[in-house]
Amino acid sequence: MRLLLVLLLTLLPALGQAEEVVLGLSRNNVAITANFDGSELLIFGAVKREEPIRQDLPLEVIITVTGPSTAVTVRRKERTFGIWVNRDSVDVDVAPSFYAVATTGPMTDVLKDIEDLRYKISINRAIRSVGAPSNILDAERFTDALIRIRQNRGLYLEDEGGVELDEQTLFRTSLRLPANLTEGRYKTRIFLTRGGDVISNYETEIEVRKVGLERWLYSLSRNQPMLYGLMSLAIAVAAGWGASEAFRLLRNS
Amino acid sequence: MQIYLPIAEVSVNAFLLLGLGGLVGVLSGMFGVGGGFLITPLLFFIGIPPAVAVATSANQIVASSISGVLAHFRRRTVDLKMGCVTLVGGLIGAALGVVVFNYLKSLGQVDLLVRLCYVVFLGIVGGLMFIESANAIRRSRQAAKAGRSAPVKRNKHNWVHALPFKMRFRTSGLYISVIPPIFVGFAVGILSAVMGAGGGFIMVPAMIYLLHMPTKVVIGTSLFQIIFVAGFTTFLHATTNYTVDVVLALLLLIGGVIGAQFGTQIGTRMKAEQLRILLALLVVMVCVKLGLELVLHPSELYTLAPVGEG
Repeated sequence: MRLLLVLLLTLLPALGQAEEVVLGLSRNNVAITANFDGSELLIFGAVKREEPIRQDLPLEVIITVTGPSTAVTVRRKERTFGIWVNRDSVDVDVAPSFYAVATTGPMTDVLKDIEDLRYKISINRAIRSVGAPSNILDAERFTDALIRIRQNRGLYLEDEGGVELDEQTLFRTSLRLPANLTEGRYKTRIFLTRGGDVISNYETEIEVRKVGLERWLYSLSRNQPMLYGLMSLAIAVAAGWGASEAFRLLRNS
Repeated sequence: MQIYLPIAEVSVNAFLLLGLGGLVGVLSGMFGVGGGFLITPLLFFIGIPPAVAVATSANQIVASSISGVLAHFRRRTVDLKMGCVTLVGGLIGAALGVVVFNYLKSLGQVDLLVRLCYVVFLGIVGGLMFIESANAIRRSRQAAKAGRSAPVKRNKHNWVHALPFKMRFRTSGLYISVIPPIFVGFAVGILSAVMGAGGGFIMVPAMIYLLHMPTKVVIGTSLFQIIFVAGFTTFLHATTNYTVDVVLALLLLIGGVIGAQFGTQIGTRMKAEQLRILLALLVVMVCVKLGLELVLHPSELYTLAPVGEG
């Protein structure tokens, strides 16, 4: 069973914020072990406030988890002389390797577009493509394709209504981290909104890293590539020879 | 049982990998092909990143080829001299192939060219072998009806025998110039680095039809030289691209080495012509599969790659 490590972090005294987040995570690090097969991440917390709950507009919560970002080339195939060939390509400058966003309600209700633009919350905004080559007129199709492909792989998740909020105070959501997770610091953000305006936000990090043998092999391959290469070959030679000998003994006996 | 691969950074079923390795190992032992031309596309299919698949299958080929070649050594069906001569060309070719590969990668067309290479070479090799071995089988059947053994006549004297630097290859019973074997090794070396395969499926027919080596010797000799070319490729990938996944390789090769032993056993019980026609069919099948993928409308027109990589 998974150890439920409850980490309660209190915020620095927030100035001018009437409502602020007190957050808990089921785990603040994810260890990738040899039998890692994805992981469930529980994010929960409470809204701390000094004054009575405002009744005019409902409080909404948005939670995002962002994996390490890299630039990605998106290529499109076109039919040329009967075969499908990569033709146009667009570089997407910032594309997180993992991105999950969960909200208490439909994105359009809980967040104004201008706030989305500012905090880059929805998947479309979290990805940044600075400029497509001028000969490509439908650049947004490339970013759409990027999102579609990663959604299919479970790397980009959008869960509208996935955050439960009780009494405008306690909130929780659970996210499925896929098995094909990359290492790094996963930025976790919580936004409180009222009427689509962000009234408070909170940030923390979840560390995803390989441990044990996985860690050792990975570091060896990066730091001692020669040794790693020779080790791989040695294993191959030993296995090949071992199998041959084993079968010979088996046949002779 | 799921297992997380440290370099590929994906989680896959361990038994699936053992099975894949085993299947390819059987073929490797039977036909003397490293099996890279099968295992690389299979790894793509189960979601291993292409760069890791190419590099790691090279490592697995080393293991299954060693397992296979030892069995051949005991039966003295390895022409060491011929193996070394083709190896010289092979290593030079592999080094050049890596340069070519990186150049194609910078053009963003490496995927297409690798596929085209596969389709063209597998098509030619498979087609020719199929026709030739079908003819050989028909001839031996006719000969059997006539009640005498079937001498398979091959054209023993062609331009290959007119070249200088002749050398005697006792195991193969040949006295030919070293230029054709070096050239064959070189060409296969380039192709194996570009296509991410050991190159046995080209080496075996080239030895049979170009160098006129006896089929039984060809398989052991081809395996022998593949060990070194694939080993060299593994090392290059490990040190330059960091794409060899040792856990993936280990699982594939455990299956592979065991499979190779069974494959060698099956191979020795079959007639040379039958062996060749089966290999030809296999090669043609892979060719057709890859060819269709190029022609048919892909389900996803867009592909992703880290910036600056193929």
